[in-house]
Amino acid sequence: MLAIIVTVVVLLILAAVLVVGFVVPRVRRGRGELPPPPVRSTGVTATKPPVESAAPAAPERLVQPAPPAAETAPPGPLLDVPEPIAGRMQRLRARLARSQTSLGRGLLSVLSRDKLDDDAWDEIEEALLTADVGLKSTTEIVDRLRTRTQILGTRSQGELRALLSEELVTALRPELDRTLHTVPTGSGPAVVMVVGVNGTGKTTTCGKLARVLVADGRTVLLGAADTFRAAAADQLQTWGARVGAETIRGPEGGDPASVAFEAVKAGKEAGVDAVLIDTAGRLHTKVGLMDELGKVKRVVEKHGPIDETLLVLDATTGQNGLTQARVFLEVAEVTGVVLTKLDGTAKGGIVISVQAELGVPVKLIGLGEGADDLAPFDPEQFVDALLGDVVG
Amino acid sequence: MFDTLSDRLNKVFTGLRGKGRLSEADIDATAREIRIALLEADVALPVVRQFIAAVKERAGGEEVSRALNPAQQVIKIVNEELVKILGGETRRLRYAKTGPTVIMLAGLQGAGKTTLAGKLARHLKQLGHTPVLVACDLQRPNAVNQLQVVGERAGVAVYAPEPGNGVGDPVAVAKDSIGFAQRAQHDMVIVDTAGRLGIDADMMAQAAAIRDAVQPQEILFVVDAMVGQDAVNTAEAFRDGVGFSGVVLTKLDGDARGGAALSVRYVTGQPIMFASNGEKLEDFDVFHPDRMASRILGMGDMLSLIEQAQRTFDEDEAEQMAAKLASGTEFTLEDFLDQLQAIKRMGPIGNLLGMLPGAGQMKEMISQVDDKDLDRTAAIIRSMTPAERADPKMINGSRRLRIANGSGMMVSEVNNLVDRFFEARKMMMRMTGGMGMPGGRRNARSAKGRKNKKGKNKQAGRGPTQPRMPAGFPGMGGLPGGLGGLPGGGLPGGGMPGAGMPELPPGTKLPDLSKLKFPKQ
Repeated sequence: MLAIIVTVVVLLILAAVLVVGFVVPRVRRGRGELPPPPVRSTGVTATKPPVESAAPAAPERLVQPAPPAAETAPPGPLLDVPEPIAGRMQRLRARLARSQTSLGRGLLSVLSRDKLDDDAWDEIEEALLTADVGLKSTTEIVDRLRTRTQILGTRSQGELRALLSEELVTALRPELDRTLHTVPTGSGPAVVMVVGVNGTGKTTTCGKLARVLVADGRTVLLGAADTFRAAAADQLQTWGARVGAETIRGPEGGDPASVAFEAVKAGKEAGVDAVLIDTAGRLHTKVGLMDELGKVKRVVEKHGPIDETLLVLDATTGQNGLTQARVFLEVAEVTGVVLTKLDGTAKGGIVISVQAELGVPVKLIGLGEGADDLAPFDPEQFVDALLGDVVG
Repeated sequence: MFDTLSDRLNKVFTGLRGKGRLSEADIDATAREIRIALLEADVALPVVRQFIAAVKERAGGEEVSRALNPAQQVIKIVNEELVKILGGETRRLRYAKTGPTVIMLAGLQGAGKTTLAGKLARHLKQLGHTPVLVACDLQRPNAVNQLQVVGERAGVAVYAPEPGNGVGDPVAVAKDSIGFAQRAQHDMVIVDTAGRLGIDADMMAQAAAIRDAVQPQEILFVVDAMVGQDAVNTAEAFRDGVGFSGVVLTKLDGDARGGAALSVRYVTGQPIMFASNGEKLEDFDVFHPDRMASRILGMGDMLSLIEQAQRTFDEDEAEQMAAKLASGTEFTLEDFLDQLQAIKRMGPIGNLLGMLPGAGQMKEMISQVDDKDLDRTAAIIRSMTPAERADPKMINGSRRLRIANGSGMMVSEVNNLVDRFFEARKMMMRMTGGMGMPGGRRNARSAKGRKNKKGKNKQAGRGPTQPRMPAGFPGMGGLPGGLGGLPGGGLPGGGMPGAGMPELPPGTKLPDLSKLKFPKQ
C-alpha cells in the first residue's frame, strides 16, 4: 500500500521532470510558429450569401421570414406543426424576464440611491457575481461603469440604467456574428454538430433545432451519434419523428464517428438541407472521450467541412463553463454556444466570460422544455430581459 | 487555471512573516483572497459572506504558531471550517421499519438523476438489498427507456407501467410502485422523478404529490458539481417545494471545484450523502468532506490520486518498482516505459500532476504537458535496443541519430531525454532514500547515505545540493523534499516547513497532508 503511494508519487515526479523538460525546449522552439487561431464562421458566411443575407433585421437573423413555414410545415398528417420562429424572442422574453428581474431590481435599487458609495458599488458587483458573471468580467464591467458615471456625472435612474445596460451589452459583444450556418453550401447538406458536457440538453437542443429548421421549410436529417447514454438515440428519434425527420442511428455502444459519417452520407443521398449530429455528453476532462469527439469531427469532415459546431452550455453552470468552452473549442472548433435552461432562476452570466475570453458567440438560447422554446440570442434583448422593466 | 488559495495567500503574506499574532490587517487581507477563491470555486455569494465572517472570528487573535506561517495558519482554519461544514454529521440511509424503504430522487434537468438511480440501485444491491427502480419521469422523451436500460445494466428490476413521453400520471405510478414492491418482495424502492425547475410551481406541486403518495424515508436532492451561484436558489426552492433529507453531488469527475456542495449544505443544512464521479455504474461513492474541502480550495487531492493509483497498480509490482527506484541504478528506461504506460492508464497526466499538493506553482508547466508528450517519450524509448534501455550510458552519437530517426524526433530531444533520465534517477534515489522504504538506504552510496541520515530527522532527502533543475521549473526542487516526509504517518509539528523550505508553498501541503492517515494494510 505504502509502496504504491510512494511509487506513484515518485513516478509522477519522474514523469514530470522528464516530460516537462522535454516539452519546454520544444515549446520554446515552436513559439512564433504557432498555428493561427482557428478561422471561424467569417469565411463560411461569405460563401452562402443568397439566403443568409436575405434574412431580415437582427432579432430574426437565425431564421427566414415566417410565411414559407406556414406553407410547407405540415409534412404529414400526424406530424406536429412547429410554430413559426418570428416573434419567439418577444414571447419568450416575458418568461425570461420573470426569472431574471431579481438581478435588475437589485442593481437598480442600488443605482437609484442618492450617493454611489463603495458599498453601493460592492452591491452592484455582488449582483453580477450572483449571476455567475465571474470575478474577472464583473470587475471589468463595474470599473467601466464606475468611470463612466464619474465622468458623465450621471445621477438619474434612467440614465444609469441606460449606462448599465450599455455596459452589459458591450460585455456580450454584439458585434459577433451570430448567424447559424444551416444553409446547404453547394455540394451537400449543411452539417451541424452539437457537443457539450453531460446533462446540458444537447439532445433536446438538437430536437428543437430540427423543429426550427422544419418550420423554416427545410428538410432535416438527425444523426444519433450519442451511442453511449442509454436510450439517447430513442430520445432523438422521438424528437425527429414528431417533425418527420429521419434519424440515423447505430448500435448502442457503437462507434459514434461511423454513425455521424453515415448520417451525413444518408443526408447527402436524401438531398436534405441540413444534418444535425447529436453527440454524447462528455466531460471536458476525459481525454479519451475528447479524442473520440475529435475523431467524430475528423471523420465527418471527410464529407466536407462541418458548417456549425454548437457547444451547449447550461445556464446553471458556474465558472467551470469557461474551462469547458475552452477545451471544446480546442478539440472541436466550436463556432457557437447554445445557452440552455434560461427559464430557471439561473442567469447564465458565464457566457459573458466565454464570449470575452474565447470570442465564441452565443447563437441560441433554450428557454424551457417546450418543443419550441429555442430562440436566437440577441444581446440587447437579453440584457433588457435581464434588467427587466423595472425602470425602462 | 485558477491560482490556488494557498498561492494567493502566500503572495499576501510575503514580508509579513514572523509576527506574534494574526493582526486585524492580516485577516482583512486574507479575507479578500479567501472570498476570491471561494467565488471562483462557485460558492454562492451569501454563503461566502457568512463563511468569511466565521473564519475572521476564529482567526482573530489566534496566536501565530511557531510551526506555521500566517498563510498556513489561515488556510488551516479555512480548511477546518470547510470540513466542519461539509462534514457535519454524516449519516447513513434511513431504512423503513416496516415495508419497503422508499428513496425519492429530485433535482434540476440534467443533474444526473436517472444515471444516479442506477448507481444507487447497484450500490444497494451490493449491500444485499433488492431494490426496484420506479420510472416517474414521464416527461422527457424516452426517460423511461433510459431507466430501463440503466436498470438492466445494474441488474435490478424496473417498475415502468407507463410509456412516458408525456403519457401517464407520475403520481399514480409512484403510488402503485409501493404495492408492486410489496408483491414482488423488493425491500427498497428508488423513485426517479422528472427534472424540474425550482420556479415551476406546477412541477413542484407534482413532486410534492409524488412525495405524499410514496412517503419516502429519504428524499435525495441531486445536484451537479458544476452548478454556479444558482445552487442556493435551487436548493431553497426544492427544500421549500418538496423538502429533502440528503444531497447527492454528481459529475465530480469533471474539474469543477464544486463550491455548490458548500452552498447547498450551508443553506439547507442537509448532509451530502453520496458523490458520483463517472459515467459507469460503479463510479459512486460516499461523500468525503475533507477531499471536497481541498478541492474547493484548489489544493490538490492526494487521496484521490492514491485511490486512482491503487486501482491501476498491482501491489507486488509497485513494491518491486519501489525497490528499484530506491536503488537508483537498477531503474532502467525499460522500467520507466512500463510505468509511463501505467500512469497513462490512470488518466491525463496534467490532471494527475494537478492533484499533487504544491502543484500550483507548476501550473504553467502542467498546462503544457499533455499525454502526447508521454507518447513521444515512449516513442524515443521504444526506438532503443533492449541493451540501450538497460544501460542508457552506452548511447553514443551514432546510436542517438538512429534513435532519433527511428522515433521521428530530433537528436537533441533524445539527448535531452537521456540527460534528464539520469538527473531524475539521481533525484529519485535521494527522495526514496529518505522515505524509509525497503532498500532505500541500503544501496545508497556513502556520500548520499550521510546526506540522507542528516535529512531524515527533519525533511527527508533535502541534501545540501539540490538536484540541478531545468530552468523554468520552479518549485519542483522543493516538492520531493516535502513529499519525502509524507508517508511517515502524520507529520510532526516540528517538521513543518517554515523558512526552511522556500520553494514549496508550505500552506499547500499543510492542511491536507498533515491529515493524511495512510491506511496501513
